[in-house]
Amino acid sequence: MKENIMLSVKNLSITFGGLHAVENFNLDIKENELYGLIGPNGAGKTTIFNLLTGVYKPTTGSITLNGVNKIDGKNTIEINKMGIARTFQNIRLFDKLTVHDNVKIALQNKYRYSTVSGIFRLGRYHRYEALMDEEALALLKVFNLENEATMKSSNLPYGKQRKLEIARAIATNPKVLLLDEPAAGMNENETKELMNTIKLVRDKFNMTILLIEHDMKLVKGICEELTVLNFGKILAQGETSEVLKNKEVIKAYLGE
Amino acid sequence: MDFFTYLVSGLSLGSIYAIIALGYTMVYGIAKMLNFAHGDVLMIGAYISFVFMNQLGVDPALSVLLACISCTVIGITIERIAYKPLRGANSLAVLITAIGVSYFLQNIALLVYGANPKSYKSVVSIPPLHLFNGALSISGESIVTILLCILIMIALTTFINKTKMGQAMLAVSEDRGASTLMGINVNGTIALTFAIGSFLAAIAGALLCSAYPTLTPTTGAMPGIKAFVAAVIGGIGSIPGAFIGGLILGVLENLSKAYISAQLSDAIVFSLLIIMLLIKPSGILGKTNIEKV
Amino acid sequence: MDLLQQRKKKKLSYNISIYLMIVIAYAVVMLLSSQGKISSLFQGLLVPFCTYSILAVSLNLVVGISGELSLGHAGFMCVGAFTSAIFTRYMKFLGVEGLYLFVIAIIIGAFSAGVFGLLIGIPVLRLKGDYLAIVTLAFGEIIKNIANAIYLGFDENGVHLSLKNTMDLGLSDKGFIVVKGAQGITGTPHYSSFTAGVILLLITITIILNLIESRTGRNIKALRDNRIAAESVGISAMKYKLIAFSIASAMAGVAGVLYAHNLTTLTALPKNFGYNMSITILVFVVLGGMGKIRGSIIAAVVLTLLPEMLRGLQDYRMLIYSIVLIVVMIFTSAPSIKQYVEVFKNKFPKLTRNPVLMKKTKKEGK
Repeated sequence: MKENIMLSVKNLSITFGGLHAVENFNLDIKENELYGLIGPNGAGKTTIFNLLTGVYKPTTGSITLNGVNKIDGKNTIEINKMGIARTFQNIRLFDKLTVHDNVKIALQNKYRYSTVSGIFRLGRYHRYEALMDEEALALLKVFNLENEATMKSSNLPYGKQRKLEIARAIATNPKVLLLDEPAAGMNENETKELMNTIKLVRDKFNMTILLIEHDMKLVKGICEELTVLNFGKILAQGETSEVLKNKEVIKAYLGE
Repeated sequence: MDFFTYLVSGLSLGSIYAIIALGYTMVYGIAKMLNFAHGDVLMIGAYISFVFMNQLGVDPALSVLLACISCTVIGITIERIAYKPLRGANSLAVLITAIGVSYFLQNIALLVYGANPKSYKSVVSIPPLHLFNGALSISGESIVTILLCILIMIALTTFINKTKMGQAMLAVSEDRGASTLMGINVNGTIALTFAIGSFLAAIAGALLCSAYPTLTPTTGAMPGIKAFVAAVIGGIGSIPGAFIGGLILGVLENLSKAYISAQLSDAIVFSLLIIMLLIKPSGILGKTNIEKV
Repeated sequence: MDLLQQRKKKKLSYNISIYLMIVIAYAVVMLLSSQGKISSLFQGLLVPFCTYSILAVSLNLVVGISGELSLGHAGFMCVGAFTSAIFTRYMKFLGVEGLYLFVIAIIIGAFSAGVFGLLIGIPVLRLKGDYLAIVTLAFGEIIKNIANAIYLGFDENGVHLSLKNTMDLGLSDKGFIVVKGAQGITGTPHYSSFTAGVILLLITITIILNLIESRTGRNIKALRDNRIAAESVGISAMKYKLIAFSIASAMAGVAGVLYAHNLTTLTALPKNFGYNMSITILVFVVLGGMGKIRGSIIAAVVLTLLPEMLRGLQDYRMLIYSIVLIVVMIFTSAPSIKQYVEVFKNKFPKLTRNPVLMKKTKKEGK
């Protein structure tokens, strides 16, 4: 079986006023893989996510999705339509809206109807609204959030907010899912549950997942491959168990 | 030579805008609020100096000083009663409260002094300056206004850069939370900012009414808004920015009144703001903030 | 699905309550009016009630739903008022009058204000917060200023426009000057009525209520809550902010049409189309509750009525109004007072709990 490269990054660099935030970053993630990106604070992990989602434009380098689609230079909205979705380090939900609406909004590109048919409730309005309701609820069930469907999203407990963010990202039907510190602020049990959820998401939705994480248990537990980043540069890259044995990594990151 | 006459009176008007703009820009920079009532403090200041000077016969300079002191007290009181409880509330609530204060001051003036315009006697007694064999004459008001404006700018810049209180102001405008942790009295600093702004507003009020001698309860409203526009054009939070913005605005207003249309001069002034914000939203001397994801 | 159905029912009953409120108020006023029990002062306020309600509801779409602070709403009202009045006044000159012209005038007013909203929105909606506020204020003032300086006339050669004076128009003998600079438009036909106002208000509300429960409306709210997250799920910030802004502008234009055809003389004064008016509308929105349609209408009516009811206090009425405004803002928004309210709610949950929620908990108890 020939393995398909889903996300390929070549020589990616970005500088902010002379500072090389990310330098010569290369990455190949196989389809359906769970890939980890680790490194100390300020190593440039989130910057890479921002580059992958078009928040920042790279100074040099190229990003290719599924072997054909060039991502670099596109904006966030186009990139999302092409198939990359993400969560955020500091949770960004639609605070004042319900849990259900948060997911429903992310379905907006799949079930498009015009403003006019929305205002006058014509055309596809009723059919699409029903489909969106159903699909959003089905997604919430996957994450055990269906009982909170009508709750204001900002009233959810922290762990569930993280889950909702993942559910929302999946609702845009991406090929690649980027998770920025999904276990941050979670206790041990919550983290365990989250690990199962991430694996479930990968299998059920056939997704390729790249995640940033500080929790080494989670990384060891679910990531098949790993890249370690330090001061914007790659320190080590490869299979998780191999990388974690690397002396440089232990020195720089684990500090032992 | 007409052009130079318009230019000088434009610079004079601009200097007044600059002095008002200082109050706006400092309050915005430090308290992060759009103090809509600032123009009305100016109007109250003008009424106070008017009463002392025209009705009680007090010396003009002393009248203005008394007005300045009264306005300082009024400014601190307004901040204490209306704005301080709302610290940390959403900015829209603060804006509406400031609008409420603006209505309040206007209606107090209306009650006390009535709606009929008062004719303000100039506080300046310097004779006009005639240059180029009388081809260009500069009024005493213009001379005093421009000089005073420059003096205020220098004094304020020195105060902010050289004194501890001034440095505290800079710190609070940069990061309120961190300033509190560093032991800076944030509430005191904000009150001081209002005090300085209101003190200057009273001076601006006297100068404005000396040049344009009709005083009504709404005298301060339009100049107040234009001064805020000047502060935004110059770069909000920046003292030299307020100066530059004020001068540009005053000159533009006077020249367009003279050469384009008196009716449309306000429209032209506001168009400058829009053009400015579209080219450089942070203003001429403002800092650009980058949103963090 | 049960929870969703419950929520939908709750929303539906909220929406119905708005319609019922308006219809009942309309019926009561019409009944009292037919018996001659309404004072002429109140009679004169009926159309303004509708005008202000439409303005408040539409500004709520921008400020409450879309989360953008606009201080130039009166400018769009001005556009709607002038464009529609130019049309009806000229038609009157040609000897054409009739209520169907009012319908066309409404379409003209809505369309032109909407186009203005779109054109102004494209550059300014990139700005945020207080910057947007000051730019919209500036645009409002520019529109008012230009409306004050325009001379417009028609003759057999077509439209003549000038910013100088009537002579500059160069009209022929058969020509007719519609807009005379600062004197504005005189002799506008009186088409507005309470009934027309209520119908327009109902249409406005229906459009907004439907909009906010549609894909477009949810996208607008998502942008308000978190622009970066909204873009990450493929929502274009500019597009949806513009939609909200232009629809609201068009509605303000309709309010302008209603305003213009309620008076015989239309001039652009600071008090009707200046920033003071925009601020008055903003006050309705904020006191009525951000994003709350029913609140906007109630606030618009009560706050229009309040100064009139305080008329006995003469000069003190606006002073009282300003104090009420400050006190209400401090009591509803001050963080320290909010804490007390939370403590109160926790101590006396029964008093403050939402009745709908209470029913639910009772059911679950069984």
